[in-house]
This record gives sequence, C-alpha cells and structure tokens, in this order.
Amino acid sequence: MIMIIKSRNILLLLTLTMIFSCAKDPEKEVVETPKNTPTTNNPTPLNLEIPPLFAQYISQPYIPSDNPTTVEGVALGRKLFYDPILSGNGNQSCATCHAPQFAFSESTRFSTGIDGIQGNRNAMPIFNMAWNWGNQFFWDGRASGVEDQALGPVVNPIEMHNTWVNAMSSLQSHSVYPGLFNAAFGTSTIDSILVTKAIAQFERTLISGNSRFDQYLNGQISLTALEIEGFNVFMAENRGDCFHCHGNAANPLWTDNLFHNNGLDATFTDLGLGSITGIASDNGKFRTPSLRNLAYSAPYMHDGRFATLDEVINHYSEGLQNSSTVDPLLKYIGQGGVQLSPADKAALKAFLLSLSDSSFINNPNFSQP
Amino acid sequence: MKNFIKATLLLTVLSILSSCSKKEGCTDPTALNYDANAEKDNGTCVYKTPEVPVATSGKLTFKFVHHFDGISVSHTDVHAPAFSFINAFGDTLSLTKLMYLVSDVRLMKSNGDSVLIEGYKLVDLGDETTQTWETTLDVPFDNYTSIRFNFGFDSTDNVSNIYTDLNSVSWNWPTSIGGGYHFMMMEGKYKFQGNDSTYAYHMGTAHDMMTMTNVQNYFVADLGAISITNNATIQFKMDISEWYKNPYTWSLNDYHSGLMMNYTAQRNMQSNGVDVFSLGTVVQ
Repeated sequence: MIMIIKSRNILLLLTLTMIFSCAKDPEKEVVETPKNTPTTNNPTPLNLEIPPLFAQYISQPYIPSDNPTTVEGVALGRKLFYDPILSGNGNQSCATCHAPQFAFSESTRFSTGIDGIQGNRNAMPIFNMAWNWGNQFFWDGRASGVEDQALGPVVNPIEMHNTWVNAMSSLQSHSVYPGLFNAAFGTSTIDSILVTKAIAQFERTLISGNSRFDQYLNGQISLTALEIEGFNVFMAENRGDCFHCHGNAANPLWTDNLFHNNGLDATFTDLGLGSITGIASDNGKFRTPSLRNLAYSAPYMHDGRFATLDEVINHYSEGLQNSSTVDPLLKYIGQGGVQLSPADKAALKAFLLSLSDSSFINNPNFSQP
Repeated sequence: MKNFIKATLLLTVLSILSSCSKKEGCTDPTALNYDANAEKDNGTCVYKTPEVPVATSGKLTFKFVHHFDGISVSHTDVHAPAFSFINAFGDTLSLTKLMYLVSDVRLMKSNGDSVLIEGYKLVDLGDETTQTWETTLDVPFDNYTSIRFNFGFDSTDNVSNIYTDLNSVSWNWPTSIGGGYHFMMMEGKYKFQGNDSTYAYHMGTAHDMMTMTNVQNYFVADLGAISITNNATIQFKMDISEWYKNPYTWSLNDYHSGLMMNYTAQRNMQSNGVDVFSLGTVVQ
C-alpha cells in the first residue's frame, strides 16, 4: 500500500514536471530588451531641409544608407569642419579653403596648404551635395561620394598634410571629441571613416535654395526686367544656350553635375576627368559647377583663371578654343563662340547674380560653432 | 509488483503523451490529410497537386539596340568617339551622345482594340543600364497586327516640368519654344572642309517663329506585326543613319546647331524619324 502511494506520488511528480517543462518552450521565450538603453547609441534622426522648388521638381536627395543624418552627427561634423586639429600642424581646417562667406569655397585662385605649397585647382564651393546623384566629386570626379571626398584633403601633402593615424590620435586624446563621437555613432573609438561620415553629414545640410530667383519662382518677389531678359538669354539656344549643362527653372541645382570640356584650352595642361579614367576622350573635361552663389565664389573655372563673371561670359561668347574633346553643345567654336551682344551679356550677368543666396552664406547653422 | 508494472506502464504512456511530444500529424488545414487532433506538425502533409493554370498573358521587356546603316553601335562608340560614320549626304561624323525618350508602347489587335503599356524610358546609348525596359503589365497572348510606341511624348504627356526624374537630368525643352521635354539629344562632330565641327541634333516641340505657334513633333514608330506567346524580350532597333535621310537628305553643315528653334529642322527630324526603328529579335 505504501508502495502504491509512493509510486503514485512519483508519477504525479514526474507528470507535473513534464507538463511544466513543456509549457516553457525556450525557443519562444522573449528576451526583453534591457531598459534605459544609453542615449549615446540612439542619435536623433535629422531630416534635411529640402527647399520647396527641390521638392516639387527634382528627385529625392541621395543619402548613403550607412550614414543617416543625425543631430549629433551633424553637430560633430560641423565642429570638425571648422577645427584645425585635422591638419598636420594644427593650422588649417576644412573651412580655411571652404569658407562660408565664399559659399564654402575660397577667394584665391589656388589653395595653399600648410607647407605653403599651392595646388593647381580652385577650391569647389560646397552646397546641395545630396543632389549629386552621380555621386562623383572634385573637379575631376575622383571621389565617389561626400564621405570619400572628405578623406582626401586631410592627408594630401599639398593641403592639410597630416596622416590619418596622427589625426585620429589627436582626436582620441582630445577632451571633448571621444564623447561627441559616442553621441553620434555609439562608439568613442575614433577612426577616419567616422570622421568623414560626420563631416559628410554636416556638408549635406549645407543647402542653398533661397536666392532671389528661387523667391521669384515661388511667387514671393518680382525680378528686374534685366534679370528676366538674362534668363531668356540663358534659355535661348541661339544666344546663351546655358541650360543644357546648367539646369533651368525646373532644375534648381543649376548644374548637371556631369563632366564637359567647355573650350578653355586647345591643348591640355590639366587632363581633368581623363587623368582619373585614363580615357583620352575624357581629357580636358571637368565637372560642371553650379551657377548658384556666383556672387561669392569667384574666381571661376577649375583653375580659377577668370576673376570676374564678365570674363566667364566673354569666354563662352567669343573665347572658345577647339580641341579633340570639346563639347558639341558649344557652338561656332571656329568663331570663338556665339557672339553675344553687349546687351545680352549684361542681362545674362544680372540673371546669374539673381541665383546668389545671401541667406545661405549667412545661415547661423552653418557658421563656426 | 503488479502495481509497480502498472505504474511503470502508465508512466511510459504519460511520458510519451506529455513529454513535449504532443500528438504529431499534419496540422495544415489546407492539406488533404489534415489531422484536427494533431498538435505538432511532423512534415507529413500531403497536398493536392495544383493544377498548373494555362498562362494567357506575359510580361514584355524591351531592349534598345543601335546601328548605323548596318554597323553596330554601342556605348563604346560614345565613350571613345571616332569619325566612324558617313551619312547619306556624305558627312563624316562621330557620336558623343545619343539619348532619347520613348513612351506608351501599344500593341494593336486586328479588331481595332489595343493594349497600352503606359510609361516612358529615357535611353542613353552611353549607359547600357538604360537600354533595357522591363514592363509590368500583363499582355494577353495574341497575334497583334502591330507593336508601336511614341518617339518622345504625345501632346497629353508632353507637359512642362511634371516629371521629376527628367527634370533632374535637365531634359526639359524651353517653354519659349513650346515647352515639354526633349525627345532626343544626338551630338558629335563632323568633318567640314577638313576641320572638325560640332553638331547638336536635338529634337522636341517644333516652334514656328513666324506664326508663334507650336506643333507637336513626336511620331509613332510602327514596328509591324508581332505574336506574343510567352514572356517576351523584344528588340527595338534604331538605325541612326535614317535620321539623315528618307525623305530629307540632311547636310550637317546646313543643320548642325541652333536646331531646337529651327522649325524646318524640327519637322525634318520628325519626318526622317518615322522609319528609324525596326523590330529586332523577339525571344519568348
């Protein structure tokens, strides 16, 4: 009798155990996320401020999926952009050659690096970077993406002449930067990839879309008769014919971001795109710059050869040089160009200046923090 | 002892029943051998063999291929341009760019009905990825009396500034000469009296300066009969040399640039364009 009871007890016990163990299926167990995740791993997403004409007329901006824009990332990038800590001797920052008052370019023809050595290209202005869908940067297209672009100047011997190892070490031992990187990227271990990601995030916020011509298209202001006539010169194929490369009222970038030989030289001292691709038919081609903010970004062309807009207009009107790769969109090259009248030139210049955006160069969000 | 055996037996049965070995069987209600009592699927479900539906329609993919009077032309010809071509007038020329817009492919039935594949494709000879157009409409299998498309946009579609992807590549046609979009940009160089000259053969709305009127300048390229019996990949072949003849024999020195504003040139492009395309291979 005792035995039976005993067996039954065991039985009950065993059965209960089994039922119990089946009820708890380990595969279905939910592992709860620990609460109070440090905010450092969750930077705040930031949307680019897209100007109305951009939203209406052109495709969405391109932001690499591995570098979403965040409040913390942009703030860090802005600090880095203005900080000479990235240069070899601590004297130059990105802003030295890309200053806001010059639409993030430079007023001298060539840039001079920390060792006093001059380059052979004019610093490109920086704005509307996220709308360069082809994603090729520099005058010769050698960088693929804004991040990639930012890698170059830090170690270029004629620019900031640093090593990334040295730049990393300066940032890592800095009192503030490790914390800022942690806030932006969830790690305080600094490397060149994160530095360029932060700078690229800041650069993509440098958006210019509020020139007088934008305001005119938005119905906010009127333009002068001369400016309107200048736009007509710009859009007329037998006068300026600027629109094939430089956009139109429905392409507010005012550049195609492509590469053209615009008839500067009969023989090339700088091969431009051709030096990168190695293709002879690319020789003498350079990236089309935007016509925005020309009032601030002189001198002009890849080598800054033209100090004024008048020189630029005269070049297209009567100064064209023929060569094997000259763009067929340039007309009457044998005669040096389309021979604009003085009135057309004056109007064209007035229109071009209406594309300058003073609210861009004075935007407090873009200045030295 | 008897009790002990009983107990062991019971234990074994219970173990089998309860030890995470719920009753096994087919648990999918859609299976032929669905077991309503089964709690755990043991992979034995048997299904009715689905009757393969007889396909009655397919999807079409268009491939754009190019030649100059029989000489095959590809992206390499615009990446490394050479004076490889001679037009009907006798001009020796190169190609540095050939981009064009095709829209609204239509398949005509003998009873007058048609199947319309709406949409557009901007083809760039320099970029192979643009030379394939995969469409998603189910096209009924049939013997069609013709396959045709619009070269450019017809008057309904050719509305200024409404296509963001085309605006983004500055494909717009100036509003002062009729607006809408370019239909084609064909550019390169030609030899004139021993010198290299440039041409920009751009087509779009024809604007008559004399009357200040705009004439729609697209044309319908009719490629003839086609039978669709499956998903099909269809070649549209452009003979570039045809832009320079039939009916108008084109001299590049007469018409090389400033053509967008030239009504006569635009209308000549349109009439020369009609027989530029032919049907290439059809794989299905």
